[in-house]
Amino acid sequence: MHIKQKRSDLLVMSLFTIIVLSMPVWLDPVGANYPDLLQKFVIFGIFAIGYNILFGLTGYLSFGHAIFLGVGSYAAVWSFKLLSMNAVPAVIFATLLAGVVAALVGYVSLRRSGIYFSILTLAFAQMFYNLAYSVLTPITNGETGLQLSLDDPRVIDRLVSSAGEGLPVPELFGISMSGYSGFYFCAVMLIMAFFLSLKIFNSPFGLKLKAIKSNQHRMKYTGYNTRPYLLSAFIISGMFAGLAGGLMAVTDPLAGAERMQWTASGEVVLMTILGGIGTLYGPLLGVGIIKYLENIFSAINEASLQSFFSFMPHWLNEMMVMLVSPFVGEGWQLTLGLMFMLIVIFLPGGITEGFQKIKTKLTTNQKIQQGDE
Amino acid sequence: MADSVLKITNVNKSFGGLKALNNINLTIEKNKVHAIIGPNGAGKSTLLNVCIGLLAPDTGKVLFDGKNIIGKQAHEINQMGLARVFQTPEIFTELTLLENVMIAALAKQEGAFKFKIFRNLAEEKAMMQESIDALSSIGMDNQMYDIAGSMSRGNKRRLELAMCLVQRAKLLLLDEPTAGMSRHDTNQTIKLLKKIKADGMTKIIIEHDMHVVFSVADTISVLARGEIIATGTPDEIKNNPIVQAAYLGGGNE
Ligand SMILES: Nc1ncnc2c1ncn2[C@@H]1O[C@H](COP(=O)(O)OP(=O)(O)OP(=O)(O)O)[C@@H](O)[C@H]1O
Ligand SMILES: [Mg+2]
Repeated sequence: MHIKQKRSDLLVMSLFTIIVLSMPVWLDPVGANYPDLLQKFVIFGIFAIGYNILFGLTGYLSFGHAIFLGVGSYAAVWSFKLLSMNAVPAVIFATLLAGVVAALVGYVSLRRSGIYFSILTLAFAQMFYNLAYSVLTPITNGETGLQLSLDDPRVIDRLVSSAGEGLPVPELFGISMSGYSGFYFCAVMLIMAFFLSLKIFNSPFGLKLKAIKSNQHRMKYTGYNTRPYLLSAFIISGMFAGLAGGLMAVTDPLAGAERMQWTASGEVVLMTILGGIGTLYGPLLGVGIIKYLENIFSAINEASLQSFFSFMPHWLNEMMVMLVSPFVGEGWQLTLGLMFMLIVIFLPGGITEGFQKIKTKLTTNQKIQQGDE
Repeated sequence: MADSVLKITNVNKSFGGLKALNNINLTIEKNKVHAIIGPNGAGKSTLLNVCIGLLAPDTGKVLFDGKNIIGKQAHEINQMGLARVFQTPEIFTELTLLENVMIAALAKQEGAFKFKIFRNLAEEKAMMQESIDALSSIGMDNQMYDIAGSMSRGNKRRLELAMCLVQRAKLLLLDEPTAGMSRHDTNQTIKLLKKIKADGMTKIIIEHDMHVVFSVADTISVLARGEIIATGTPDEIKNNPIVQAAYLGGGNE
């Protein structure tokens, strides 16, 4: 059993690695092979995997995880400004600082459970968002957002070389972190994050988190102090979010408070539910679908709709454009909302549940056929 | 007394004007099954809740193994060796039977909190074997990969008992372990209770069903209107006129 488990872990990890690293190849036919979108897929993938460790395993629904995304981004940009353009310290700082903030937010929010926990996290999110525009402007640079500038100290870089002309870009020991190399760097991070998540799912720790979701009362009477378990899950998921935020800054060295808005927290909830809560792969599926559709729908404008419906008579064309246009471009969120409603109503377990249903249907059909023979 | 596990002294508890427990003194002896019976609303559940620290009494002391347990948290009391079975079976319905028991075993092994994530469940061979043994002692090892929520109430109760068994609790509190069960399930549970009696686990059992009480208890205390009106062996209780008047005579449930 022991060896079997090790082997299946190895198999899962190799398959996952191949799938992630070959994304530019298999996403090419669907027109999703460009660095910007690929980076989005993997970065949000990390965010959602981490979020799933809290929400999926313990059932605690946080509406504040964008805080840690934002904290990660600010920390990474500050690392670029003060220390070095190297991505490694930036990512480490982002993850650690997000962990510290998550410990604070989690410590307070986890005094309550259920809807009260969710409201507390939402309150924190709103608070951080507002602070970023007011008291914390020396750190966040307010509405302009935190950017690199020519006179940043960058003390570590300065030890090795003098400042060049123009703004430097984030790099990994000389490799620029824009474009495909940026994607591959993020992809390696995603693979590591997935490995950690797999380990947590299969560990006694993960089992205990699932038991807390199932019956916290019973858990206490079985001898567990549940609070530190919940806090650990909260901090881990916050650190994943911080890593994701740090990577956003690595691929585009700019941090703004809008990253911390509650809609960003809501988005990760959507992704996890859409894909399938508490499953290993579900959240990644959710990320893929939402980011892909966002990319398509938000690019459509009235002109492209007109040409799309151009085969229709003029009056019908105009009517169709009028009907459809609220759902595309800026209005993509509307489509997202509709999609989400459909999933929650018809497939509350998300897409992975849908697959499961199809699979059991097929196998029972097969059995019935075999029975007939 | 050296061989007492739980000692309750001068415990009082009121809810508003209602005196639910009136100056209770009770000693539970080691390796005995001690039943607490009494009509509805007599204060049995309240007494049990005081014993596990769920309710703080207004006055009085509760000593478990010589240590005070009033004011302690639920998990601390469990870690001291006091396990509890609820009036309605409470298990982890979404998990498998084996996982349910493993959770209990892990609590015994690792304590109230342990942060270690780089470990596979499959690596916990000894713990897993122990859990499987506990399941086979209640005759459920052949369905250990079933989801616990899908079982009958009687089986859920047995699973709960297996979870206490694997923890090797010093004292087990059972609140109406056969409530709402079919005759068949009740008899199964009696059999199981008798079987685990041999393990030397001290038990306090609250029960309405006299058949269950008289078949498993060594000592019986009768509670009525918040007071203990008699304590003795099953035979003594059966023949006690006060008890007959207060409880057994007045409609045997
Ligand atoms: N939390 C509470 N608040 C107010 N009154 C309570 C509370 N818990 C119990 N009581 C009252 O205390 C008395 C004793 O209740 P308890 O539940 O201990 O009785 P019981 O012997 O377990 O009864 P049953 O056989 O119905 O389970 C009852 O009159 C009950 O209404
Ligand atoms: Mg009761």
